[in-house]
Amino acid sequence: MTKPEHRDIGFTLNGEEIRFSGTGTERLLDVLRYRLGLPGTKEGCGEGECGACTVHLDGVPVNSCLILVGQVRNRRVDTVESVAPEALVELHTSGATQCGACTPGVVMTARFVIDHPGLLERASVRQLMAGNLCRCTGYDGIIEGIAEALRQEETSP
Amino acid sequence: MTMLFPSDLEEACEMLAASDGKAVPLAGGTDLLVHWPQRFEDHGRTFLDLSQLAELRAIRWSDSALILGGGVTYWQTLGDRAVCDAFPLLEKAGRQVGAVQIQARGTWAGNIVNASPAADGVPVLMAYDAVVELVSTQGEEEIPLSEFYLGYKQMRRRPNQLVRAVRLPRRRHDVEVFEKIGPRRAQAITKLGFAATHSAAGWRVVANSMAPTVCRCRTLEGMLEHGSPIRRPEDLMPAIRQDVSPIDDIRSTAQYRQKVFSRTLFHALFSDEK
Repeated sequence: MTKPEHRDIGFTLNGEEIRFSGTGTERLLDVLRYRLGLPGTKEGCGEGECGACTVHLDGVPVNSCLILVGQVRNRRVDTVESVAPEALVELHTSGATQCGACTPGVVMTARFVIDHPGLLERASVRQLMAGNLCRCTGYDGIIEGIAEALRQEETSP
Repeated sequence: MTMLFPSDLEEACEMLAASDGKAVPLAGGTDLLVHWPQRFEDHGRTFLDLSQLAELRAIRWSDSALILGGGVTYWQTLGDRAVCDAFPLLEKAGRQVGAVQIQARGTWAGNIVNASPAADGVPVLMAYDAVVELVSTQGEEEIPLSEFYLGYKQMRRRPNQLVRAVRLPRRRHDVEVFEKIGPRRAQAITKLGFAATHSAAGWRVVANSMAPTVCRCRTLEGMLEHGSPIRRPEDLMPAIRQDVSPIDDIRSTAQYRQKVFSRTLFHALFSDEK
């Protein structure tokens, strides 16, 4: 086996330039949690189904368990740590969270939907949220929280 | 465990050739990286990252075809109104591949070369008579998708070849159907599925999870072509038995697959109650 080659890997994380040395073959999820000290992103299934590890890559939700960190070099990654607490009020008041394991991923996909209401012309909130499994809430609280946030966005100037 | 970062497609082909076809091309990673920490047998391999090659991400049109670059994701096509209007089954199938997170990373070409019999993207591409454009340092090769698979997980792509593009001829279709049957509506692996189209080129019926590969159902196509009388789902069963060979596995049974295929196909093409 050839010796793993280390190289400089750089990307933008929550608005800051990050640079570190590695083979590029670690999962983005593990790099965020264990090398960069951002444990907000959770691991659930490790197979791209539960969505607990959702982050934004160039603004679009992706599963960080299915991306090797070398694949995000020179790109923009945003994690749940980048979301302002006040952006979560509607999810909080609608009962969108109970045990909290899915919540960071739910928040990241929810923010994407709220920030891109045009997507709702072709798909429902429920369809767009299908990549985030929640075993506590039965989803209604999540869907209601997003609907309320969308109403707020619409009425605010 | 090493990763190669080509800066363009030409360099990617050179790196793949230099590895003697042993490097594993990696795009969205939605198949190759599932349960990555436990995939010990893969940790020693070399991966060739295609996810950043801009020339593979292009969606182009020619007079006669839609040309999806080898790195085009489901999410890209879902956001392209011209593509969804001209090839509505790409939207229908694309929305049923995982959810947004998978659609944003998974590629149509990756779905083809992963060669799963349960692939949801492949049936619609095959029903649109897609052609796979392969490239390597040796040159270019084109293979109709309907002739691409040789057996379970076996295909005509050679290890030194990359998918440059998937080409779909522009045609007027008067039938376009896609059905996916899974245990739940979202994020399911298909128990059985099919795509069917009709154009001046004739009928295409393509089944997935019904045989060792996604495949055209030529007997069914022939029946439809000749206008054989089909009054009930059972009338389709002899042709289905000829065309596909489903198995009992963790997701379903052969009997369920055949029966539900006959009913959903009948319902999609002949039933008045839509």
